[in-house]
Amino acid sequence: MESLIVLYNEVYKILFLLIPILVSVAMIVWFDRRVWGFVQKRKGPNVVGPFGLFQTLADALKYIFKEIIIPASSNKVIFILAPIVTMTLALSAWAVIPLSDKMVIADINVGILYIFAISSLGVYGILMGGWASNSKYPFLGAVRSAAQMVSYEVSIGIIIINVLLCTGSLNLSEIVLAQQNLWFVIPLFPMFVIFFISALAETNRPPFDLPEAEAELVAGYQTEYSGMMYAMFWLGEYANILLMCALGSILFLGGWLSPIDIYPLNLIPGAVWMIIKILILFFMFAIIKAIVPRYRYDQLMRLGWKVFLPFSLIYVVLTASFLIYFDLLPNTGN
Amino acid sequence: MIAHALFFYFFSIIAILSAIMVIVSRNTVHAVFFLILDFISIASLFILIGAEFLGMMMIIVYVGAVAVLFLFVVMLLNVSEQKLSWFRGARKTKHIPIGLAVGAVILLELIVVVGGWKYRDTFSETKFLNFEKDFTNTHAIGNVMYTEYIHLFQISGLILLLSMIGAIVLTYRKREGVKRQDYFTQVGREREDSIKLVEVESGKGINLDD
Repeated sequence: MESLIVLYNEVYKILFLLIPILVSVAMIVWFDRRVWGFVQKRKGPNVVGPFGLFQTLADALKYIFKEIIIPASSNKVIFILAPIVTMTLALSAWAVIPLSDKMVIADINVGILYIFAISSLGVYGILMGGWASNSKYPFLGAVRSAAQMVSYEVSIGIIIINVLLCTGSLNLSEIVLAQQNLWFVIPLFPMFVIFFISALAETNRPPFDLPEAEAELVAGYQTEYSGMMYAMFWLGEYANILLMCALGSILFLGGWLSPIDIYPLNLIPGAVWMIIKILILFFMFAIIKAIVPRYRYDQLMRLGWKVFLPFSLIYVVLTASFLIYFDLLPNTGN
Repeated sequence: MIAHALFFYFFSIIAILSAIMVIVSRNTVHAVFFLILDFISIASLFILIGAEFLGMMMIIVYVGAVAVLFLFVVMLLNVSEQKLSWFRGARKTKHIPIGLAVGAVILLELIVVVGGWKYRDTFSETKFLNFEKDFTNTHAIGNVMYTEYIHLFQISGLILLLSMIGAIVLTYRKREGVKRQDYFTQVGREREDSIKLVEVESGKGINLDD
């Protein structure tokens, strides 16, 4: 009986996180399209609901009622598994994201590694989808995307090492609490910029959306997908983008902490600050989608391996030497 | 405690079954996916015994990087459907004896290792990590790896570097006639280098080679 109550509580907590995330994914898609529209002097979706807010819900309804087409020569099991894997992974990474002081499902010791592991698994959804479609464009898109995601994961990992040097803990809540005096965006500003660009590449956002470059590859790995399965890919993609924004605000922008710890500002609950920071980062994602032209593939690879990787490695050495010289290394509990 | 045991059996049964499926499955891409499943369930077992750092590293390194390369190779080489013809065919092959020999050696080694386990104390001086409260196993591993075993750590790093260089040297070939983009010349181009304004008298024409 007791374990049932525990189970009930856990399910309740998970639903309490998942449903807001799914709704906010829908809202964020609308926001993205709206920003994109305004940059191009269009209105964007503005018909369904107030300001077009329900556009995504209408789209989702349309996807649900559309027929799911499974190509005859595809590998059916893997073809169906691919979008499920993408969406499950994108949502399961949210388990360790602390929205505020106590609002976290699993406050584990290796939170940042967990997120890193889950996002490195994200490649498989795309590779499975591209391979199982048994068609040229999806396969090319999947191979491109996998190479791209693996490359930029390396630089994200090294950027995370920079932050970890300053906090001395792999726990996300402790990373946030270590920024109480100074957000890491100030001492590690170059790393923040590189993190942001790598996050764009990691989530296949423009200007790095080569896996689905519509001019060359139709729609990349999603070409053969339709109906709800396409919608799941798309949901997973946006949940990943949201996750990267959350990670950016936890690592560099002080998570749920208010900008300055003074009277009217620290009354606002932490979750609100967190959401504001996520939205600001997402706004930057959306603006960049609208104003930056797509990279060529060799430029993308060059940027990842020859520019970001050496630079962030040098910055690790710099941060470590600085911390040791001024005796600022965080106390690691021994 | 029961929940713990349940999780243990759940993950270990998946691990063993998927390990068998890696060998049995005809489609090599499926085999790689079962390998990934195996890695993940082993990582879960690591987490179950409290070695969360090792479990996460297992996922990041093996699943996130190594298995992706496996998958790449298998997908690109188009060996996805292996017919296993040598297994059933009348033609004699050398595969089976070699495989049996390797398997026998591995089995022997396993027996020696497992049998020698009870003499462990006498011939290894491994220092076991002592866990204290508020001392995560990431800290514990770091404390041992960067002090006690720093030389071994650095040697393994050097071996990795060496193999990396070796892989590049083996596969690199200089191709002739490839046009490459040189960013510095591209950005450093001035208007004077590339554009020349010429006053052309009407009806006269101009010789561009001057």
